[in-house]
Amino acid sequence: MDAKLKETILNPIFKGNPITVLVLGICSALAVTVEMKGACVMALSVIAVTGLSSLVCSLIRKTIPNRVRIIIQLVVVALMVILVDQFLKAFAYSVAKQLSVYIGLIITNCIVMGRIEAYALMNKPIPSLLDGLANGAGYGIILIIVAFFRELLGSGTLFGYPVLSALGYVNNGLAILPPMALIILGCIIWAQRAIQKDLQEK
Amino acid sequence: MNTNSNTYTVIYTTVVCVLVAAILAFVSQLLGPMQQANEKAETIRQILAAAQFAEKSEWDSKSNDEVLTFYKENVEKAYTIGQDGQENGTLDIANVEIYKTSDLKAENYNIKDESKASEIALPVYRFKNGISVIPIYGAGLWGAVWGYIAFEANLNTIAGAYFDHDSETPGLGGKIKDDPAFRAQFNGKNIDYAAESIFAIVKGGAPEGQCNAIDAITGATITSAGLNDAINTWLEAYKNMLNR
Repeated sequence: MDAKLKETILNPIFKGNPITVLVLGICSALAVTVEMKGACVMALSVIAVTGLSSLVCSLIRKTIPNRVRIIIQLVVVALMVILVDQFLKAFAYSVAKQLSVYIGLIITNCIVMGRIEAYALMNKPIPSLLDGLANGAGYGIILIIVAFFRELLGSGTLFGYPVLSALGYVNNGLAILPPMALIILGCIIWAQRAIQKDLQEK
Repeated sequence: MNTNSNTYTVIYTTVVCVLVAAILAFVSQLLGPMQQANEKAETIRQILAAAQFAEKSEWDSKSNDEVLTFYKENVEKAYTIGQDGQENGTLDIANVEIYKTSDLKAENYNIKDESKASEIALPVYRFKNGISVIPIYGAGLWGAVWGYIAFEANLNTIAGAYFDHDSETPGLGGKIKDDPAFRAQFNGKNIDYAAESIFAIVKGGAPEGQCNAIDAITGATITSAGLNDAINTWLEAYKNMLNR
């Protein structure tokens, strides 16, 4: 694999992570990180949407009229999101019920449109697909880290199995509410900038 | 080709929209029956959980078919009643005909609108062990709350209850569904049509020894009040069937 492609895949996971570095997609990161199960399904859904919409937009990039390109992108993204939602409702009903409106709100996730505008419209389909998948994965990893702490501290469980609650831990109600997601996210951003000095602002 | 001409743009967007609409319509047709089956099985799971056949989590681990089979084998009669408490329709057991959440919403309007009193058709699911389950529906804090209350054969003592919601806050209002201890409070309670409210979810804790009241959820005042309203509104609608 050539270095440029490798960079395309690895950059969004850590160095150019869409949540911690670009600070995109915060809204859903706060909303669906109460439990690990929901966060994992949300992460997979976003990976599927970013990957597929980048692929499709890249395939048709030369035919898209420039003046309506945002609308066309939006139609493609909406199509993918509705497909994911429909499949979840048919094959994973209980999770779809738990995530309710947030699957639909992937449409408004800035990461999806951002990657199409910034990458897929200028690159070949395969690199675009990989870029989309990698950005979805970068988003998903942060989601899962935040959900890990929130479920552990808020409910004392992981994937619904008692961990801390079995040891007599008293649940912290704050961890269940959205502010805790911001606090954890802040800590992750802090940790990343402590490791990667070049991200620090002067 | 000039991709920026007006003609091209109009044709292009039209084609894309029609294509996308066709794909969505096809997928919707393809998956629709499965989604409806899931929704129906979920409702049955909630009814069975309310009737205390097993915990909801146990029903969740069973397949749709197993749940439907269990329902068909154990339900004695499923029917609807009018405002006078008399039977005014039957629900087909073999086809597992039930009221979905959207049906409850429609019925909720009928209950609250006096001019629609004659149109009321409220479902009752009576099981072979004597337990009858009725639904409730109302508004919580962020969205709808609904659920099922199971009565013993005397139609006065509550055997169990199960609640669900659209979008209550997890960990607070969400406890009406997630906290087994909240639901367990209903078991063995009675309803009392002579009292100020038929059944009460009391903020700050139910008085000791009051047989038709339970504790509200701390930090979920509006969800608790909404559930309280939903229960009382629907119990009022069922007053001619339930034991006063």
